[in-house]
Amino acid sequence: MNDMSAETTVTADGRKIGGVVMEMKNITLRFGGVVAIKDISFDIREGEIRAIIGPNGAGKSSMLNVISGFYHPQEGEVWYKGQKRPPMKPYQVAQQGIARTFQNIALFEGMSVLDNVMTGRIRQMKTGLLAQALWKGRAEAEEVENRAAVEKIIDFLEIQHIRKTPVSRLPYGLKKRVELARALAAEPSILLLDEPMAGMNVEEKEDMSRFILDVNDEFGTTIALIEHDMGVVMDLSDRVVVMDYGKKIGDGTPDEVRSNQAVIDAYLGVAHD
Amino acid sequence: MFYREAGDFKTSYVDDNQTFPIKFDRYRYYVVLVAAFAVIPFLLNDYWVNAVFLPFLIYSIAAIGLNILVGYCGQVSLGTGGFMAVGAYACYKLMVAFPEISIFFHVIISGGITALVCVLFGLPSLRIKGFYLAVATLAAQFFLVWLFNRVGWFYNYSASGQINAPERTVFGIAVTGAQNPPWSAYLFCLVFTVACAIIARNLTRGMAGRKWMAIRDMDIAAEIIGVNPLKAKLTAFAVSGFFVGISGALFFSVYLGAVEVGEAFGINKSFLVLFMVIIGGLGSIFGSFAGAAFLVLLPVLLKNVLVGGLGWPTDLAAHLEFMIVGSLIIVFLIAEPHGLAQLWRVAKEKLRLWPFPH
Ligand SMILES: Nc1ncnc2c1ncn2[C@@H]1O[C@H](COP(=O)(O)OP(=O)(O)OP(=O)(O)O)[C@@H](O)[C@H]1O
Ligand SMILES: [Mg+2]
Repeated sequence: MNDMSAETTVTADGRKIGGVVMEMKNITLRFGGVVAIKDISFDIREGEIRAIIGPNGAGKSSMLNVISGFYHPQEGEVWYKGQKRPPMKPYQVAQQGIARTFQNIALFEGMSVLDNVMTGRIRQMKTGLLAQALWKGRAEAEEVENRAAVEKIIDFLEIQHIRKTPVSRLPYGLKKRVELARALAAEPSILLLDEPMAGMNVEEKEDMSRFILDVNDEFGTTIALIEHDMGVVMDLSDRVVVMDYGKKIGDGTPDEVRSNQAVIDAYLGVAHD
Repeated sequence: MFYREAGDFKTSYVDDNQTFPIKFDRYRYYVVLVAAFAVIPFLLNDYWVNAVFLPFLIYSIAAIGLNILVGYCGQVSLGTGGFMAVGAYACYKLMVAFPEISIFFHVIISGGITALVCVLFGLPSLRIKGFYLAVATLAAQFFLVWLFNRVGWFYNYSASGQINAPERTVFGIAVTGAQNPPWSAYLFCLVFTVACAIIARNLTRGMAGRKWMAIRDMDIAAEIIGVNPLKAKLTAFAVSGFFVGISGALFFSVYLGAVEVGEAFGINKSFLVLFMVIIGGLGSIFGSFAGAAFLVLLPVLLKNVLVGGLGWPTDLAAHLEFMIVGSLIIVFLIAEPHGLAQLWRVAKEKLRLWPFPH
């Protein structure tokens, strides 16, 4: 596969994959003496499901945090939609249409499921403070309009029954789903998922896989996801980046990656020198 | 079993977004409003207005303001007294400088000025949190009281160092000064209290409120999903300051009439309003009212029952009040951070299912 090609390709199951929307160029990220990411480049193409895999501490979450604008790499460039991205605050990145979930669930525990998902609509809800104080009119209309959009996502993820429940009362698996709902509510161009299936049982994993595929299929959302379960990764993703000790050791289709010797070594725990 | 929601289905998101989604609650709310505006004014005398109604209405506004900052946005403030003083002194300067303008606008502008001051002292919140922010707002408290004490311009160089509210009228009826009828002061404050409560409710049920709560619950996640923390925190300080400023202006102009800043707006006031918010319920508008009512009524009750009824000495009753408030704060902080409002909610939940709990 020619990585830099801009033309559309069609996958075996008929999904369209477009040109490059996001490109990481020679990213290096250090924390003091620790090099979390070492000179890594890869790209994400429109409409694809891109997986990032690697052993614990490989630097996968750090990479998502760089994309989110939460960490600022010492070296390298982030290109988004054909433009080099200047250093940005996380909320500015979110405003550009990059939404995410977290490895350790980061929901707003004091709020209901509905309110949590509604916060995902920040990008779409622009009414000023004064109009909100008056409520009737613009603020109410905007609220209703966005509520309708959020309800669609709530239906889609099958969480109607817990709409009004405080998030703190939900079991782990449902929390993960609510977090996905909140990210989807933003109608992102790129959705970043940090271990969406960690800690789930088989059934919950199957549900989550189905949701991820459906999101990609129905909304055409570009997805970058981190996952440990190799089976899931191979099933879901179009292309895979493999990281180990902050370095990229593989990049390609699941089949290519699976037969890559460096990847096999890393996963089999061959001693590093 | 007349308190219920069965058969009261919502068919639109507008209905579902109402402040009181259950019909019974909505009717009760209208009944309270009608009583407050059309019945109570006829029953009032000086004692009830000054001992109960005015302090309740004015503290409710302050508690709503502080609750937005602490309960909704999670930014601790111990500067409420100082910010009320800003509202009071702004109102005083405006009343004296522009006697031809209605006091109604003076109070609102005082709220606006306090909002600005509050934002200024809220700036450190962008860097510091929790305990350290509390200390920073405490510094604001002491600085502001010191400022109004020391700089003669604020009290127009009066010999006593006090500020006195001149008589001002609304629709020809005095609401400030020594001659005002009790019902006019009451109605004037009531209008502000109701308006502030509605505005606070509107802000907290919409996107502004969700941004504040997101910052409160997890500020890093909030920023990553798109909340600008600077804007969210500073709007909370501004809105909070606006309400606290209005309450300070009313406290001075309508309620006390004459103010010595250290006495009226000292650190005690900051704690009093904070206790109202904690006892009433963090993150609840209704709780702000409940907390204000509780802490206004408690001393009145103790005084009437213990001192008036049982003949206890006054200071003993006062000590008992401290003990009750102190232990309640501890109980609520540990057992029920959502305060009286949550107890009320739980009671309603039980009532809703009564008499068939399953
Ligand atoms: N804020 C930070 N400060 C210091 N070191 C950090 C920080 N964040 C990450 N690191 C370090 O960077 C390295 C990569 O961490 P990262 O969380 O990205 O790994 P990961 O691939 O997501 O691992 P896991 O599978 O366990 O989630 C680790 O050595 C970690 O200790
Ligand atoms: Mg990780």
